[in-house]
Parts: sequence; structure tokens; C-alpha cells
Amino acid sequence: MRNLLPILTVICAILALWYGAAVLMNSTWTKQQAERAGIELTTGQVLAASFGQDRPKLPMPDQVAREMWNTTGAKVLEGKALSKRSLIFHSWITLSATLMGFAIGTFAGILLAVGIVHSRAMDMSVMPWAIVSQTIPIIAIAPMIIVVLYSIGVQGTLPKAIISAYLSFFPVVVGMVKGLRAPDHMQLDLLRTYSASKGQTFWKLRLPASLPYLFASLKIAMGASLIGAIVGELPTGAVRGLGARLLAGSYYGQTIQIWSALLAAAVLAALLVATISLVERVTLKRMGLTR
Amino acid sequence: MILVGFAIVLWIATWALNVWLANGAHADTRLVRFALPVIFGLTLIAMWELIVRGMDVSMVILPAPSVIAARFVQEIPILWADFVQTFIKGALSGYIIGCSAAMLMAVLVDRSDFLRRGLLPVGNFMAALPIVGTAPILVMWFGFDWQSKAAVVVVMVFFPMLVNTVAGLREATVMQRDLMHTYAASPTQSLLKLRLPAALPFIFNGLKVSTTLALVGAIVAEFFGSPVVGMGFRISISVGQLALDMVWAEIVVAALAGSAFYGLIAFFERRLTFWHPSQH
Repeated sequence: MRNLLPILTVICAILALWYGAAVLMNSTWTKQQAERAGIELTTGQVLAASFGQDRPKLPMPDQVAREMWNTTGAKVLEGKALSKRSLIFHSWITLSATLMGFAIGTFAGILLAVGIVHSRAMDMSVMPWAIVSQTIPIIAIAPMIIVVLYSIGVQGTLPKAIISAYLSFFPVVVGMVKGLRAPDHMQLDLLRTYSASKGQTFWKLRLPASLPYLFASLKIAMGASLIGAIVGELPTGAVRGLGARLLAGSYYGQTIQIWSALLAAAVLAALLVATISLVERVTLKRMGLTR
Repeated sequence: MILVGFAIVLWIATWALNVWLANGAHADTRLVRFALPVIFGLTLIAMWELIVRGMDVSMVILPAPSVIAARFVQEIPILWADFVQTFIKGALSGYIIGCSAAMLMAVLVDRSDFLRRGLLPVGNFMAALPIVGTAPILVMWFGFDWQSKAAVVVVMVFFPMLVNTVAGLREATVMQRDLMHTYAASPTQSLLKLRLPAALPFIFNGLKVSTTLALVGAIVAEFFGSPVVGMGFRISISVGQLALDMVWAEIVVAALAGSAFYGLIAFFERRLTFWHPSQH
């Protein structure tokens, strides 16, 4: 709570900057129009004209907020929450691909990490590639995955989910390997004195000890997964999903639509990461891992 | 089918070799540590080649590595032009501008505790957002050429870099600060001689994260419009023409550029933060 005032100040400063920039950027257009028509405009008129433009260069925050409300809350009130003009619908399309990819990627990542921790050969031959692959812009491969899967008859949510899974896979592997190795010699030796089997060591020591690391990488994976789903919607000219809204907006110069899709993506990302944080806090508290 | 069978035999043989090497007496030598991933990678590529040839997989689904390599060699001038456009002009200039702006901002913010407490949570929040989405807006503002790609990269690397640098500038302990104080060091001196060096591990962390982000930003921004050159442009065009060997050649370029960029930053990190425990 101590940080509330500073945060609010910063947010207000950002909004003020946004308004200022919007006036500056939008007024150029107004001035050009006036010049062409041969009219002299006073500063007040220029200011007024840079608000409420139809296709502003930079929409005002309130325009974006109104568009967001019109495409979400208002649609719900009309009972058309899932119509094609509703952002809820597009968010859901993107969200379903994100969650599906996240689940696949996390599951595969944990599996590989378990393999790496238990097999020295796997550790030495696969782990360097997992690390190197994090420095590669994997997203470049997204258009190809979509088209290749399309050509063998797979389309819809799955191709996007595969891109998401691919992006969320490596952070989970790297984090989970670190986590499964977190128990120190003392703890491992203790389990050996109990004559615990490898399986028991895994379930009772390694897995619980890895959870803080797992949650940290899950948050990264979730963000990456959402980006994967959005980018996966770009190359095919998809008509549904937040990425499709971005692309359509940029084709037709609908700046307000782009900004509202962007904001919806931001809200989605914040909600997803907040959910993981909540699960993290509750789990770690029950396990007594929080200090 | 013989080729596929051969691929499976190859897999079993090299895996057995790797297991033998990893559990052998020389497992900790540098040579073995280097050889294992190389053997594994080469095996994967060989299997890819054998299976694609053995099963007669169509070029449209998965080209064989040899086809990709041939295309790569044949198209080096185009690939080089794309690399210059996307990496040097787009990603690198954006990376330099974004990272230096973020560091400058961090140094300014650090002067005020109030600003730092406000900006850090907001910056953390922004760093988690799908900022790639600003690409269509920035392409609209800055045009189709590399300037808009650099702008996307600036926005993408700014927040991770800001958060890391601000956190790093807090790294010097109270004892160390007090010591600088007893030396009557001015704020600038204490910044340059104590706090910036102490922040270096964090700054390098941000710089390393940003290398990948920079390439991603530059490539994705080209999906929203670009001149007729550039890696993202070439990928989306070649996918449309079903010239998948060209797409793979571009991916090879992106992978090489990405890991070389990261490697370069990691190299400087090792030279400059040799004193930090993480480097041992």
C-alpha cells in the first residue's frame, strides 16, 4: 500500500503524456486539412479538433476506453457477448490457443526436465541446445508452422497452440532443471540414509523443492505463450482472435481498434500472470516455503 | 523404408555412444563436454535427412537439411541483404537506442525514491505485456522502412532493461555507500565508481534478455509491412510461395545471428563482471 501513491502518480504521468502526444500528433492532420480549405484555426479549435477524430494517429485514452466498453461491457448488456464484433469473443479465441499451448508446453517441458535430471547423457547432450535455443528468435518459424499444418489439414486452434507450446517449452525446461537440482547435498544425503529409492527422492524432495522455480518460469512461459498465440494469428490472415484484430486494424487504418485490441491483450496477460501468482502464493504458503 | 530403418539404427547407436561417453571415465573433460551436444545435434540432422528422404516427405511440408543448405549457399547475397536490413538496421540500432535510453532513465529515476517506487511496478507490468502488439501502430507512424522496426525494438527492450538497471543500482550495500560517503565522494563519483559497476550483473542480464527480444521485434514488425527486403518479409513471402527451403535458410540466419549476438554480450559480461560469483 506504501507504493500506491507513487504508482498512481506514474500512471497519471503516463496518461498526461499520452494526451499530450495525441494532441501533438493529431493536430498535424487538422492543420493540414485547414490549410487545404484555406481556413485559419485558433489554437483552441485545433485542440478541440484533435479530440474525437475518427481515425486519429494516436487515439485519446478515453476514445480507447469507450471502444473497449462498446466491444465488451455494452455487448454483454445487449446479450451479444460472443458476437464477432465483441472483443470478449476475440480474446477467448486467443486465450484458448494460449492455454492449450501453455498446457502442452509446460507438460512437455517438465517431462524433459525430469529426463535431464535423471540421465547424465541427456543432460550433457540436450541441455546445451535448450539453452542455445533461448537465444534464437523462434517466432520466425510461426508462419511456417501455420502453413505446413494447414497443408496437412490441421487448422483452427491447434496450430496456434503449437507455436505457443514451442515458445513456453524452453523456459519451463531451463527453470525446472534448475529447480529439480535445487536440493543440496545435505538433503540428498539425508534421503540416502533413509534408504529412499530414486522415485521417493523425486516425489518427496526434488519435486517439492522445484516448485518455486517452476512458478517463476511458468510466469515467463505464460507471457511467451500469449505472444505466440497472437503472432500465430498474423500470417494467415485469420479473421478471429486478437492478432487478427491487430492485423485488420492495421490494414484499414482503424487505430482505435488496434489500441483496444492491444489493451485487451495487456489485460489478458495481466490476468493470466496474476492467476499464476495467486496459485503460487497459495501453494507455497501451504507448503511452508514462503518466508 | 531402408533409410528410415537406418535412421533408427543411427539414433540407437549414437545414443549408446553418448551414454557411454557421459558415464565414462573422461566425462568431465572439456572434449567430451563439447562432443556430446555436437554428436546429438548432428544425429538429429542426419535423422531428419534420412527420414525425409526415406518417407518421401513433400518439399512443402519439410525440406531435407541438404536442400536447405544448398539453398542457403545459393542465396547468400539475398540472405545477406535481409540480414543487413533486419539485424543491422532494424534490430541493432533499436537495441542500442532502447538500452541506452532505459539506462539513462534508470539513472535519473534512481535519484528519487518516490519515482522508483512508482516506476518499478509499472515497469515490471509493462515488461510482461505482449509489446510486440505495438508493431502495427509503430509501422503506421514510422513507415515501412527500418525506422519502424527500430522503434518496435526500442519499445520492446526498454522496460526489461529499465527494470533490471533500476534493480541493479540498488545492489551496492549500505556499508559500501557509507564508505564512499566517508571518502566525501560526490553523487556522480559514487555512481560511476561504485553503483554502476555493482549494477553490471543486472545490466548484463537485461542486455542478454534484450538480444532475443530485439530480433523478435524486428522480424515480427516486418509482418505488418516492410520494403521488399528483410528477414521477416522474406519469411512471410516465401511461406506464401511454399518455398520452405528459403524459409528454413532465413531461420538458420536468424538462429546464427541470435546466438552470435547473445554470445557477444555474454563474452563482454565475462570480461567485465569477472568478480561476480555467478561467473565462477
